[in-house]
Amino acid sequence: MSFLSIQDLTVRLRGNVPILRRVSLDVAAGESRALVGESGAGKSMIGKSVLGTLPQALGITGGQIILEGEDLGQLSPRARRQRIGAKVALIPQDPLTALNPSRRVGPQITNRLVDILGWSRKAAEARALELLEEVHIPDPARVMRAYPHELSGGMRQRILIASAFAAEPKLIIADEPTTALDVTVQKQILRLISDMQQRHGTALLFVTHDLGVVSKVCQTMTVLYSGKVVEDTKVRDFFASPGHPYSAALLAATPKYTDPDGSLTPVPDAVIRAVEEEVAAFDRQMEGSA
Amino acid sequence: MSDVIYDVKDLRLSFPDMSRKPLLGPAPRIEILKGLTFQIPKGEVLGIVGGSGSGKSTLGRALIRLIEPDSGQISFEGTDITHMSEEALRPLRRRFQMIFQDPLSSLNPRRRVGGIIAGPLRLHGLEGIDARVNEALDMVGLPRSFASRYPHELSGGQRQRVGIARAIALRPDFILADEIVSGLDVSSQAQVLNLLEELVRELGLTLAFISHDLSVIRRLCSRILVLYQGEIVENAATADLFAAPTAPYTQELLSAIPLPDPDQVWA
Repeated sequence: MSFLSIQDLTVRLRGNVPILRRVSLDVAAGESRALVGESGAGKSMIGKSVLGTLPQALGITGGQIILEGEDLGQLSPRARRQRIGAKVALIPQDPLTALNPSRRVGPQITNRLVDILGWSRKAAEARALELLEEVHIPDPARVMRAYPHELSGGMRQRILIASAFAAEPKLIIADEPTTALDVTVQKQILRLISDMQQRHGTALLFVTHDLGVVSKVCQTMTVLYSGKVVEDTKVRDFFASPGHPYSAALLAATPKYTDPDGSLTPVPDAVIRAVEEEVAAFDRQMEGSA
Repeated sequence: MSDVIYDVKDLRLSFPDMSRKPLLGPAPRIEILKGLTFQIPKGEVLGIVGGSGSGKSTLGRALIRLIEPDSGQISFEGTDITHMSEEALRPLRRRFQMIFQDPLSSLNPRRRVGGIIAGPLRLHGLEGIDARVNEALDMVGLPRSFASRYPHELSGGQRQRVGIARAIALRPDFILADEIVSGLDVSSQAQVLNLLEELVRELGLTLAFISHDLSVIRRLCSRILVLYQGEIVENAATADLFAAPTAPYTQELLSAIPLPDPDQVWA
């Protein structure tokens, strides 16, 4: 059974403009699924819908988010927050803004364990140390006492990874976790996320615009355009032969340094027009059946 | 010498390290560029790569003298500009221009595109400004009607075209492009790179293209400078660098790039 099942999820801006258009996808325990698309495709909004952190102006107007068989929409806000807090964690894009600059690192990892899950401070601290070691942070005891600005970007991202895995969540949503990092650090971080995900058997929803990253970290993927799913496929199948002209064009536009002449083809206008039309037709159908 | 635009010799640059500044007295200096020597021939597209903190942006800014080096020498078309005064630099500034990483923060939100492109033209006292603005818009493939739009009305790719138009409107000899496609989607990235390549060819530009992305560099550049902690660890023709990188850091950089290919062995 899927751990997370999203069915016909529709999110609108002020109840009107569709941001997500009947998005459906499943993530099984231990599965790693990429959410791919250009900026504005709505990939981050899927993660935010699950976490209940959509911006104020956006609201879920249709569909279901089912977490371990429980429809989150049917729960009271309090129960919903409790479920999400216990089962889902986020690895955010920017490790600097995600950490409180005026507090030491240690409490920022342990607080969630203490406040939400009711651990004792001592147990939480032991767990944090153990995790920092697991994400290959040298001298974890010292890092626990450090302030975020004293650490490098890669270190900060490791801390957030440790913090995400701290309460053994069943699903981790990673929202562009390596965009702010150097390629060499990115490689280490992606490896780490993959290793941790496999070791802990966590499901992973990985939001990214980088198809190179997808091919390294994920097994399945959902390609979005303008809030609509254009393709839902296995990563291997996608790279062997993309199932939609838009996804094929996206792949062709992705630079590959092994390509000697390295020519790049922007997504052709005709492909954009076709996919735009597809979305419009889908909208008409959506309004008709609504 | 006439075919060399930039001749850089033993360039050194340091900043005060405020985090280690004692209460009294000057802050210790932290070396950013540690003696760089290289040339940029006319018409070359030079890629400058390196990780964060490698000094690539600092090097770029020193080339167009937004910052003054400590020592060494930068010659621009035979003129030593290393310690030239702001006043003496002004007539030269027209000949080296910059395109910035983030087009939104480098375009004045309260001015229309036409005014943004015209700004430097006025500053340098050029004639026929409207015609030049239109020409620049044509060259970057934006409709002339965009002159009356504001930056926030444009997409990321279109904004970056405005940044390019502003730089080329002065008809410079040299352009510094600092991470100009890193904030764009792959499709707009491909468009901007294709445009840049075309402009280099048509206008006979010399370009220094700073990027952390070797895939993008390979696409555009004829020569690559690899910086690591303020030093040049490799300076090679693009084809040679990709065929046989010599510096261990270059090898590490190359092997870290995730190719869009599930079969890549990512050792």
